[in-house]
Order: sequence, then structure tokens, then C-alpha cells
Amino acid sequence: MDTMLTIGVALGKTAFIILFVLSLAAVLTWVERKQSAVMQDRIGANRASIFGLRLWGLFHIIADSVKMFTKEDFTPDTPHRFLHATAPVIAIFLALVAFAVIPFGNAITIAGHTISLQVVDLNVGLLYLFAMGSVAVYGVVLAGWSSNNNYALLGSVRASAQMISYEITIGLTLVGLIMIYQTLSLVEIVQAQGGLLFGFLPAWGVFLQPVGCILFLVAGIAETKRIPFDIPEGESEIIGFFVEYSSMKFGMFMFADFIEVVLLSAMMTTFFFGGWQVPWMADTGFVFPWGGGWDLNVLVVEGLRIAAFIVKVAFFCWFLMLVRWTLPRFRFDQLMHLGWKILLPLSLVNTMVTALIVLWLGW
Amino acid sequence: MALTETQTPRVNRTVRVVNVSERRRTLTFWERIYLPEVFRGLILTARHFFVNLARHTLNLVGIKTAEPGAATFQYPEVVRPHAPRLRSLHRLVPRPDGTPRCVACMMCETACPAYCISIVAEEVDDPDIEKRPRSFTIDLGRCVFCGFCVEACPEDAIRMDTGITQIASLSRNGMILDIKTLLALKAESEQGGKPVDFLQQQFVS
Repeated sequence: MDTMLTIGVALGKTAFIILFVLSLAAVLTWVERKQSAVMQDRIGANRASIFGLRLWGLFHIIADSVKMFTKEDFTPDTPHRFLHATAPVIAIFLALVAFAVIPFGNAITIAGHTISLQVVDLNVGLLYLFAMGSVAVYGVVLAGWSSNNNYALLGSVRASAQMISYEITIGLTLVGLIMIYQTLSLVEIVQAQGGLLFGFLPAWGVFLQPVGCILFLVAGIAETKRIPFDIPEGESEIIGFFVEYSSMKFGMFMFADFIEVVLLSAMMTTFFFGGWQVPWMADTGFVFPWGGGWDLNVLVVEGLRIAAFIVKVAFFCWFLMLVRWTLPRFRFDQLMHLGWKILLPLSLVNTMVTALIVLWLGW
Repeated sequence: MALTETQTPRVNRTVRVVNVSERRRTLTFWERIYLPEVFRGLILTARHFFVNLARHTLNLVGIKTAEPGAATFQYPEVVRPHAPRLRSLHRLVPRPDGTPRCVACMMCETACPAYCISIVAEEVDDPDIEKRPRSFTIDLGRCVFCGFCVEACPEDAIRMDTGITQIASLSRNGMILDIKTLLALKAESEQGGKPVDFLQQQFVS
């Protein structure tokens, strides 16, 4: 009976996180078009309608997916038909599976059962995230390799070079966090961010590692392969690794892209912006540093925490869209210059300084 | 006129020479760091986003803002006003009795760089007119809308003031307008400035 309950809870959490991520990614396809339109004094997609109801173009999500599923699925003349069909699956699978370790709320206790609000509480959750991020390049590389197309191959070669370069920076910036929090478990990292610095500032990663936060954000955007780092796609020079993909196979690559945006937002939230922590909120309610407080029911507190996580993730999705529609694309040499000559030394220095401070303070 | 203009002595005119080094000036330290400039760009686009979002929201609840949230014309429903000198679809101007003003002088056919006008002339008994077109066709599939035919016409018989810009057909033959159609078209000002949906009116073949 207990096993059944555990399995049921695990399935429920998995369903919640997959539904949350997939629906957020679907909404992001709409947000991308609409936000760019509003930023550029345009109106954006607003024509798809059901019975004359337009809802600011929200039905374009449905219209797009119907289009994706019903278009011709063209496979190029290639000896790697199996790999060609597998590559988008790998891309979207690895992007989705990384969410397993992201905690979206504190552990809640219902009827004597403690449920941790994440799919699996790995004690090496951070390494797991890295692993999934690193393997994610396989989807891209296989797509370019199996397409039997020079431009696709060029795109995937660019992608692998870019992702390997920027993964080093991501890893090194997080070393600073690991040194501060002394753990690889994402649950413990988030719990450690619930304290206060100097008595009033939430102990979020962004305040402990401001340089690391910026470096991680830059390298993370490079990992998502979106503008200004969309060298693998480079739609004005080569179409990119998915040039030979059509219909829903292309749609899966596109969707994996948006899922990676959500993933980067969730990682930013978890590592640097307190995860599900609400500022100055303890388990019993708000405790303000300037005195006073506001007692709340435990369930309300936990609900607010889940809401805080979702709001933070949504904000970073918005912010990444803002970056994507503001900056132009780097050249390839500029990309390598930024990655190896600027970000890597900076992250090394950041790690060194953090190590010295940690040693000095004796944490 | 043109002669006097070229003969005007060019005194007291300072010509601004743009130096190449001025265009590619060296960046300052803060610009080379790039991050502050990135933030400036982000602030600019974010300001556009929030200002336009506020305008859209206010307009949605019925409050008019000084500027609209978007510069977009919702095209098929809202058509952007035409400039008066716009060269739109041609028409033949009729005399008061309904016959064309055209005297089949072939000036427009000669001036046309795209060879899209073809006129067949015939004699008229009226000694003031002498000639008139038996047929006058314009192949819009060839027309480049240069307006030379309008310039060339000595009788002001052909004009490009219908305001019709939505020209499409399902066949090449549908793009050829004959004299009857050209005579029936009216100026945009005569229709109260309302553009005609030409696809429904004429070109569905």
C-alpha cells in the first residue's frame, strides 16, 4: 500500500512538472511573437480565431501545432534514417528530463506523509543537471550528422564547439556556489538561500555570487542556442542543424529550444534567486527584518512558495525573451573570444576569490 | 527651369564630409566592456514593451491614449489612407455623354515602357474628334505603374486615380482590362475615398 502511494505521488509530481513545463513552453511560442511585437510597436500574431474569438492570438498555439502535425514529414536521402528520426527525440527528451531535480516547492506534509516537491531528490542534483545539459548537444550533433547536408553539418559543428566552450564557464561559475553552500543537492541549495545576509538581505545566490550570476546567465543563454548566441542556427547564413527537418520533427527542435529557455529560467531561479523561497518568509509566515510579522497557515505558506517559484521562472522567461529580441547575433570569432578569453578567465577569478573568501571566513 | 537650377552658384554651402575614422570611432572603456551597453539596450526595449503594454491595456478598457500601442494598420479591415498622387489602377475618363475622351492618338501606347497598352483606332464622323478607340486594353500583368501613359495623354483621358491597389487574378487573361471596365471605373474621390475591393468586383474569373 505504501509502495503504491509512493509510486502514485511520484507519478503525480512527474505529471505536474511535465504539464507545467510543456504548457509554459507552448505559451512561450506565443509570448515570443507577442512580446517582440509589443517591443517593436507592432501588434503581432492575432488572426487565429475560434468562432470569431481571437484572445490576442492565443489560438495561434493550437493553429501552429495543428500545422506542424499535418505538414509533410520529409526525410532527406540519407544513410542515417534512424538517427535522423531519433535526433529531435533526444533533444526534447534531454531538455525535459533535466527538470526532474528542480525543486518547485518546499516539502509538504499531508496526513503524515512528507512529500518533497520535486520528482527526485538526488544528492548530486547539480551534477545531474550538468550531465543532461552536456548530453543535450547530442541531439543537435546527430541532427546535423544524419541530415546529409553540408549546412546542417556546419550548424551542428558550430553547436558542439559553442556548447563545449560555454559549459566550462557554467561549470566553473557553479563551483563558487558549491563552495558556499557545501552541497550538490538542489534541495539543500534552495533551503540554504532562505537565510538572511546582514540581517535584512535574503541570502540568495545573486547576492553571494553577483559575478557568477551574470556569467552563468550569459553562458546559459549560449547553451540555449538562442540569439545573441544562435550561431548554430544562423538563419541568415546557414539555416542550421535542422535545415533538413520538417513538420513535427522540426517542431520538436523548436519546442526543445523553448523548453531549454524554461530550464535556464528554472536553473537561474534555483541557483541564484532563491528557488521557491519567498523573501522574509519562514514556515509560519512572514517575519520582517524590521520587526513584526504576519502569521499564515502552513498550506498557504507552501502555496505561496510554489507560486513564488512559478513567478520567478516566468520572469526569467520574459527576461530571456527581452534579451533575445534586443541583441544582435555574435560572429563566430566573437563568440569564441567571449567564451574563452573573457568568460572563462572571469569565472576562474570568480572561483578563486570565492574560495579565498570562504577560506578566510571559515565556512 | 532645370537650367537655372544647375546654374545657381554654389556659394556659402558647407559640405559635411563624413570621415571614415569618425564613423568608426574607438569605443570607450565602458562600451568595450559591452555589458553596460547591453543593459542600456535592454532598458530601451523594456521601456518600449511596458509603455506599449500600458497603452494596449488602457485602450482595451476603453481609455484612449495619445498614441496607439502599435503603429500597425490591420490591413484588410483598415486600409491606410492613400497619398493623393498615388498611382493606382488606371481608368479612362468619359465625356459627359459617356464615350471615352480618348482620341486614339497612341501616345500612351508609345510611351508605355512595358508595352501593356494596346489600342485599335476607328474613325468617327464628328469632325472635332476624328478618331476614337474601338478597343483599349491594358494588360495589368505587364504594367509597371510608371504613370507615363498619364503624362503622355494630351486629352487627360487616362488617369491613375482610382485608389485601387488590390489587383489580383486567378488567370493571366483576368489581368487584361478592356475599354468597358476601364470606362466604368471611378476616381477614388468620387467614391468618397473608399477603396474598391477589386478582387470581388472584377477579377474572379
